[in-house]
Amino acid sequence: MAAEELTVQSHIQHHLSNATMCSVEGEIVFNKACENAGFMALHVDTLAWSIGLGIIFLMIFRSVATKATTGVPGKLQCFVEMIVEMVSNNVRDTFHGSSKLIAPLALTIFVWIFLMNLMDLIPVDFLPSFAGLVGATVFGMDSADVYMKIVPTTDVNMTAGLALGVFLLMIGYGIRMKGVGGFIKELTLQPFSSSNIVVQILLIPFNLLLELIGLFAKPFSLALRLFGNLYAGEMIFILIGAVGLWQLPLHFPWAVFHILVITLQAFVFMMLTIVYLSMASSKH
Amino acid sequence: MNLNMTLFGELIAFIVFVLFCMKFVWPPLNNAIEARQKRIADGLAAGERAEKDLQLAQAKIADELKEAKAQAAEIIAQAKKRAEQTIEEGKQRGEVEREAIIAAGHAEITAERNRLREELRKQVAVLAVAGASKIIEREIDSNAHSDIVEKLVAEL
Repeated sequence: MAAEELTVQSHIQHHLSNATMCSVEGEIVFNKACENAGFMALHVDTLAWSIGLGIIFLMIFRSVATKATTGVPGKLQCFVEMIVEMVSNNVRDTFHGSSKLIAPLALTIFVWIFLMNLMDLIPVDFLPSFAGLVGATVFGMDSADVYMKIVPTTDVNMTAGLALGVFLLMIGYGIRMKGVGGFIKELTLQPFSSSNIVVQILLIPFNLLLELIGLFAKPFSLALRLFGNLYAGEMIFILIGAVGLWQLPLHFPWAVFHILVITLQAFVFMMLTIVYLSMASSKH
Repeated sequence: MNLNMTLFGELIAFIVFVLFCMKFVWPPLNNAIEARQKRIADGLAAGERAEKDLQLAQAKIADELKEAKAQAAEIIAQAKKRAEQTIEEGKQRGEVEREAIIAAGHAEITAERNRLREELRKQVAVLAVAGASKIIEREIDSNAHSDIVEKLVAEL
């Protein structure tokens, strides 16, 4: 039995591993067989949970949207409208200019990230143990070989995927609002500029370096902030889960505190997305 | 930190979700909210208007009430005056009637008294004549001395 070899270290290691899928010599293999797959691998648990939660979010909101009444709303409609209103107000306050995309984008980011973060509040061993049980009984696998990471935002691929999407939008908005020339000008002619053309040309590489760092720092900070916060929170949960019987009084306060963290991180990601896109689309 | 293809999988999922949200979720929800906001604003405006109307109506009612009260007071005053007049007239008529009745009574009494007196006088004359004739029997001729008797009667 694997349980006998289960040390705290392997427990933590097990919790921090994704269920990985890759193709080795034309054959689809999982987990440990993918150790050398490098970039060409998929984290199936991250994908499944994130897409599943995204679909739940869209299903709930879509069902409310189709049944939305302009009269007295039901409780679910009230709740959904509260979120929509909150996002809408933030977008209106922060994003100057009109865009049909920003508000739905912000709503999707906020609710989706919130739901994914919310998975962190499910006790860390519940779903992985259940998955191990299913893997052992249905597929005849060793339950220690079944990996299941249920919080997609603790996978850097997830947060980086979101940040990459926002980054592409930032560039898209920059080019759409200012044109290709304006976008390039913004990268090269500031913050240092001179009326002397020779000095200006000399300053271009320096400006470009600064502006590119500034540009790339945005998606990096977005991805790593969310990932770091949730990864750290998840790590604490796993450590608490490893201390045995005393985990219950420890788990509860951390979970309560974590409610704040997950909401805040979802909100911060949303707000920063709006701010970055607002900056990208405004002329200096 | 092991980046892999999952990144692009999530990117695609993200794009699909955002597009779905933009096409099918946000517009109906936002429209519903905005339509309700408009309805509430209209309702509030209507309420304000109704309140203004109510105030106007109340002012009008107060005015009319004041007017009606004044009219009523006037009518009451007139009625009082009329009543006093009527009473006064009645009193006067009563007075006149009373005096007339009293006067009639007096006249009647006087007439009766005169009549009775006349009758009495006649009877007394008869009696006196009868008495006198009884006393002086043959001596006096009633025809000859009737002037004496007459005088006597007249003195009664």
